[in-house]
Amino acid sequence: MSGKEYRTITDVKGPLVFLNKTEPVAYGEIVQLRLTDGSMKNGQVLDTSDDQVIVQVFEGTSSVDRQTGVKFLGDVFRLPVSKDLIGRILDGAGLPRDGGPAIVPDEMADIIGAAINPYSRESPESFIQTGISAIDACTSLVRGQKLPIFSAAGLPHNDIALQIARQAKLVGSDDDFVVVFCAMGITAEEYNFFVHDLERTGALENAVLFVNLADDPAVERLITPRLALTAAEYLAFEHDYHVLVIYTDMTNYCESLRQIGAAREEVPGRRGYPGYMYTDLAMLYERAGLVKGKKGSITQFPILTMPGDDITHPIPDLSGYITEGQIVISRELHQKGIYPPINVLPSLSRLMNAGIGPGKTREDHKSVSDQLYAAYAQGRELRGLVAIVGEDALNERDLQLLKFSDIFENEFLRQSRDEDRSISEGTLDLAWDLLTNIDTKYLVRLDQKWIDKYHPTEKKE
Amino acid sequence: MEVISEIRKGSEKMSEENGVIYRISGPVVTAVGITPRMYEVVRVGHEGLMGEVIELHGNQSVIQVYEETSGIKPGEPVVRTGQTLSVQLGPGLLTQIYDGIQRPLEDLEKTMGVFITRGVDADGLDLKKKWEFNATASVGDEVSAGAVIGTVQETETIEHRVMMPPGKGGTIKSIKSGEFDVTQTVCTLDDGTDIAMMQEWPVRTPRPFVRKYAPDVPLITGQRILDFLFPLAKGGTAGIPGPFGSGKTVTQQQLAKWSDAQIVVYIGCGERGNEMTEVLTEFPHLIDPHTGKPLMNRTTMIANTSNMPVAAREASVYTGVTIAEYFRDMGYDVALMADSTSRWAEAMREISSRLEEMPGEEGYPAYLSSRLAEFYERAGRVQTLAGDDGSVSVIGAVSPPGGDISEPVSQGTLRIVKVFWGLDAGLARQRHFPAINWLSSYSLYPQALDQWYRDNIASDYPEIRTEISALLQVEAELQEIVQLVGSDALPIDQQLTLEVARMIREFFLQQNAFHDVDTYSNLKLQYTMARAILSFQDEAKKAIAGGAELESVVNVPARTDIMRGRFESDYEERIAALVSDMGKQIAATMEGN
Repeated sequence: MSGKEYRTITDVKGPLVFLNKTEPVAYGEIVQLRLTDGSMKNGQVLDTSDDQVIVQVFEGTSSVDRQTGVKFLGDVFRLPVSKDLIGRILDGAGLPRDGGPAIVPDEMADIIGAAINPYSRESPESFIQTGISAIDACTSLVRGQKLPIFSAAGLPHNDIALQIARQAKLVGSDDDFVVVFCAMGITAEEYNFFVHDLERTGALENAVLFVNLADDPAVERLITPRLALTAAEYLAFEHDYHVLVIYTDMTNYCESLRQIGAAREEVPGRRGYPGYMYTDLAMLYERAGLVKGKKGSITQFPILTMPGDDITHPIPDLSGYITEGQIVISRELHQKGIYPPINVLPSLSRLMNAGIGPGKTREDHKSVSDQLYAAYAQGRELRGLVAIVGEDALNERDLQLLKFSDIFENEFLRQSRDEDRSISEGTLDLAWDLLTNIDTKYLVRLDQKWIDKYHPTEKKE
Repeated sequence: MEVISEIRKGSEKMSEENGVIYRISGPVVTAVGITPRMYEVVRVGHEGLMGEVIELHGNQSVIQVYEETSGIKPGEPVVRTGQTLSVQLGPGLLTQIYDGIQRPLEDLEKTMGVFITRGVDADGLDLKKKWEFNATASVGDEVSAGAVIGTVQETETIEHRVMMPPGKGGTIKSIKSGEFDVTQTVCTLDDGTDIAMMQEWPVRTPRPFVRKYAPDVPLITGQRILDFLFPLAKGGTAGIPGPFGSGKTVTQQQLAKWSDAQIVVYIGCGERGNEMTEVLTEFPHLIDPHTGKPLMNRTTMIANTSNMPVAAREASVYTGVTIAEYFRDMGYDVALMADSTSRWAEAMREISSRLEEMPGEEGYPAYLSSRLAEFYERAGRVQTLAGDDGSVSVIGAVSPPGGDISEPVSQGTLRIVKVFWGLDAGLARQRHFPAINWLSSYSLYPQALDQWYRDNIASDYPEIRTEISALLQVEAELQEIVQLVGSDALPIDQQLTLEVARMIREFFLQQNAFHDVDTYSNLKLQYTMARAILSFQDEAKKAIAGGAELESVVNVPARTDIMRGRFESDYEERIAALVSDMGKQIAATMEGN
């Protein structure tokens, strides 16, 4: 049956092709379309019944006509995987883009991926040092986490992602990360930026790239991240690699999802995005973590640009509900010339507590982090007040907090693009130095024992 | 008893007729050739995937399938089972971790490895395991539905009471103690009915009881802001809406750990895998503060993460509440946590949109609020069929998109629940945890509970609470002025009020869930702490009237000790002494002037 070619297309609408009079076709089956000029396109079954089959065409439906031949391949979408993927650049549909040979598969892996049994997961608790103080101190990343970067147009999220990819390491371990990079609808310029940087630092040899650029078919973007994650799972759970998956830009992915939904005339949810977007995103983000009995791990860094800097937009909003925190890039800090412009206040790492503390980072980490947050949050609030009443109206405590918020931004957040700060000496000691600008009696988040041990001027040797 | 096993085996013996698949669209499958009842369980495809009939349409039956449907073709068989979606109830529920349709995750791991594939069945209860049944009824006893006929020590801490299944009753002809598995007959009635320890119950039907009581006993959680300001009654309902990152999950976990319900049912509905794992790995190590035994001994968990099949997510809430009701019927207090009901509502929305139903608000089905109401209505403190008291308290988390609680799920929830714990992202950002906003939260139970507090904690408990809440209200008003003119411009008594309110916030309302001592405060201690704050206020007022400086009053060392002391294990013994020290030190500030 898989050999049979149908020429029974009735309707073509956006990226969808409708055909009838087929023999039973499986839901999710892969489809090959042969156009009248001989070129080929690929698709997947979205809806199937005795009367009608709906196929989503990854490359778009341009030039598809009623004479187009449709062949059902009798299988779901699979990616050829092998260890040789490392060092390769593939396109958004998983074919070589670097001029190299086709991947000789060890296995053909189903790209949808099965859900990990929650019972079989292992709790992520190994601290990853990124060398970026804002992240290490305040939104600590752990292995197996999914921590998106919430950014917006015109902000340096790519630099931050690359810096993390370059510097990420486990404290006290030589294990390197394999980077799986997944581009969805980004511009050629951004793509070149990534590739050049990965090349410059030699990281490309340790990376797999899946690339769907802005001028590649939009619908293909729906499978690109699934390919990337399938490769990541294979490398992590079959070959014990620690994999860091960076995908950019999730916003483009969601746009494609909306496009398909609209073409199917589905009832839209918020802002026209399909009602199942949460589940759909979860099926990507949840492919992170560690599982019992396997040495490897998958850590995810999705990047998404918030339309109109709006964190309540459905894309960041639903993402935030699935991912384990978020790193929020701030336009205000960027305009002040601070790199990395990470606004630690709305940023969060939900797995932080599992990854820090004695034996992992340092015993005072949690206290210091809480104190930094509290002091900086209050300092920022006071800025608003000062704008109205002037500094004279502030009491001593408020003045110190106000001053601290500037120091925090300029000395703690700010660092150069290749500055790799260690957690203990680089980040936490720096935090203590800066906290000397506040009288200890106002440092209510710090246990006295940490003040006695670590405070640069008050410690008791 | 055999029925469930039959369903789970997908036996074709049960079916009256077999049909075929006509259409597949994601988790929704349409079949023709069968005429099932609504909500009947059917087996779909060659692999026998479990599904439930959710719509009848001409000769078509619309089925939601609990497992991934890719690869299934039109023309594959659909088999009726004659049963609605049910759970197996009996010894062995506790310590279990189930998916949304009561398949033990541990068994799934054994049969299919770390990734969840499909077409695998597992019984909710271990049918082979032998339990020591201890008959408490005797031959000749007249037993009606719900009556306890015997007990099983299910875990170290929980005695499982074996009950007559609803709808059955009569005179006992024979009953015997001894080792039985859950399907063996332990008791026979005069009319020949055999009773085993396991019973089954359809998840979408509430279990019967005699009557509901008024909610006049508090559910004690050890969380100061919850117990003291916004208490929940046993058998009550609470909603926790919160934007992401505001500590909703931690709050729920704290409730699961510390609340004084004997049984905890935790439904992780459409939530994060890693977080669920944290719960799953953390719980077995937690010690129940009330018994000193592992907390898992009194817990059943349901974990259906966001990437597991959406139809099973829809069912998970019903599975959980049915198990909770079963323990309630034994006379236990049960706390049910559902995290998060928004994900459950989204599952309804997703399925509704696949059914091409006319959407209500924001694409949610028009029946959203009635489903929410039905669910919360299954809470309550009741007189059980056996005549005991039992309760199910429901705490539902809501995850409003963008933190905007004007959306349908939050609104539908608020119309029903009596307690609202409003989590606040702003507080979370300041690391004020639990980030429950004391101005927007409310509880409708204090009126009903006050008598209990007077009888059990302190006669002036309600007054102290009112005073503390009033101070927070006054602070909010004063803060508006401070925003404009700064705090120095306020008269000294108002500055003192701000200091007292700050003390309430930083010392009383903030509570560190990750700190061994601070994580739980008993009601007595909560009351004492609140009194300490008010006594600071009284002493400070006196001192200031006597000419003391606010600055020096606020900075007396004993006050700092009271505030920091809550992290010490001997705090409860020391607090009275600290308060009296504080009084002396504050009085001394007066003498300096």
